[in-house]
Amino acid sequence: MNWKTFFAMLSRDAHVARRNLLPLLLQNLLQPLLLVFVFGRVLTTGGMMAARFKDVMLPGVIAISMALSGVQAVAMPLMVEFQFTREIEDRLLAPMANGWLAVEKVIAGMVQALVAGLVVIPAAWLVLGSGVHISLRHPFEFVAVCLLVSLFSAAGGLTLGCSVGQTQIGLMFSLVLAPMMMFGCAYYPWSMLSAFPGLQYAVLINPLVYASEGLRGALAPQVPHMPAYVVVGALLAIDIALLVAGVRQFRKKALS
Amino acid sequence: MGIGIRIEELRKVYDTPPPMAARGAAFARAGMRSGRNEKKNFEVVALAGISLEIRPGEVYGLLGPNGAGKSTTIGILTTRVKPNGGRALLGEYDVWKEPVKVKRLIGVVPQRPNLDFALTAREILLFHGAYFGQTARERSRRAAELLEKFKLTDRADHMARTFSGGMMQRLSIARAMMHDPEVLFLDEPSAGLDPQTRLLLWEIIRDYNRLGKTIVLTTHNMDEADALCDRLAIIDHGRIIARGTPSELKASIPGGHLLRLRFDRVPEPLAAALQALPGVLEVRPVDSAGADVYADRGGTLIPAIVSAAQAADVELRDVSISEPSLETLFLHHTGRSLRD
Repeated sequence: MNWKTFFAMLSRDAHVARRNLLPLLLQNLLQPLLLVFVFGRVLTTGGMMAARFKDVMLPGVIAISMALSGVQAVAMPLMVEFQFTREIEDRLLAPMANGWLAVEKVIAGMVQALVAGLVVIPAAWLVLGSGVHISLRHPFEFVAVCLLVSLFSAAGGLTLGCSVGQTQIGLMFSLVLAPMMMFGCAYYPWSMLSAFPGLQYAVLINPLVYASEGLRGALAPQVPHMPAYVVVGALLAIDIALLVAGVRQFRKKALS
Repeated sequence: MGIGIRIEELRKVYDTPPPMAARGAAFARAGMRSGRNEKKNFEVVALAGISLEIRPGEVYGLLGPNGAGKSTTIGILTTRVKPNGGRALLGEYDVWKEPVKVKRLIGVVPQRPNLDFALTAREILLFHGAYFGQTARERSRRAAELLEKFKLTDRADHMARTFSGGMMQRLSIARAMMHDPEVLFLDEPSAGLDPQTRLLLWEIIRDYNRLGKTIVLTTHNMDEADALCDRLAIIDHGRIIARGTPSELKASIPGGHLLRLRFDRVPEPLAAALQALPGVLEVRPVDSAGADVYADRGGTLIPAIVSAAQAADVELRDVSISEPSLETLFLHHTGRSLRD
């Protein structure tokens, strides 16, 4: 394995991300902040929602933010570079096996997802005002869940980016990402779905469920959540499946 | 010492339409079957088993019309296209079995620029050098040299996406040379370049070749093939139809001169009369009202052709005389002009 090439590509991605820092931050921060403000501040202050809803939604918003930014960071450039500008070719011609380029993309995407998730925490805290009961009582669980969530989002981005055609980008948002967000237990704990038994088990295929529940368990354990071993086990399985599928799709796509 | 290339019985059949930029400007769709399920029935034979040998340190040209299989050949040799049969050796490495070792040895200029649009011109070169493991000092020196050589220094720190087509093409070539590859592949290198830049490019290619590097280029420009290539293969419909040095190839045209004649019709006696003229080696009918006459002389045949036409009561409408060239060679082998 050619690590020099691998790291040169990582530093290329870091360089491009630094150059686009402001738009990237806005892209990653604005939506979660608006969500947090409307649901966590406006509705709770107005009395439409209980104040403890803040604790329920903050981990969920972090999960959504990580999931979306990883997918976006990996899938969107891949779609454009493979199908339109062919920019990826210069890296496919670098002295490294093609599958490693996919791995490099996933790592770069993970970093972006982690940053996107972490910047939401202080920002959301400020927006939410008083009455947030978030703590870091389970730091190891928090780190493990964050890493697994960022991997699922970046590997998912790789799989989507190499499977979805350019004309289907809009469809991808409405058919994959929108349901994933709404049924990802980001705005409500999974246990609340017990009123809809069929749905409660159907959503278990959604990786965002484990991301939200896992972050809830790590940051706001007072809210009902899935046990950590379920979260970690499920995310691990999903990560491996997405990574294998994504690298395979990438290698297929890299050759004509 | 330079590196040679051997291709044995290489075959490539596309069963799905290739992505937009991977296909060349056009595609030979001769083998395509149409059906209700377009995707399933798509089948294009891009290479029908070609073999050739490129010697270390030579400039080798692949010449042919759009869709002949030139870009596919380059694609396979540069690890980007998977062949369906046969094998390709670059130096001692089988391209398909040891792609990473092959990638180290080659530089590639694609038909359509695929520059990294997120970077400036200088950064494109610097990162390319880094991918190939060059030290920071080595790559900044080499990038500066190449930017100068390709007259891009004053735009070096601008984003590559703002460049004109010709500048992108020059930057692509500079990038391909950045890691000092042993074999340089150029797919239609002078397409879209103005004549002045084309001459600059030819000079750079010759200089690079003088360092002992092997150069493989595709073109459908006869002048370019003639000016640059030590040897050539002419490809059409995925097959090699002729090969040799430019002068050998030109000498293979019967008589060397081609007179393209247009009449209002070509009756049998006229064709026979043309065939019987002194110095005429071959007469080929073209459509119903034309004939290509291969002869060992050019203009001096015209009076005799005019008399033959009058004798057959046929109107001679147009005559064009071609000196020996690769264009006439292509016409001779395929019956079609390169630009058709």
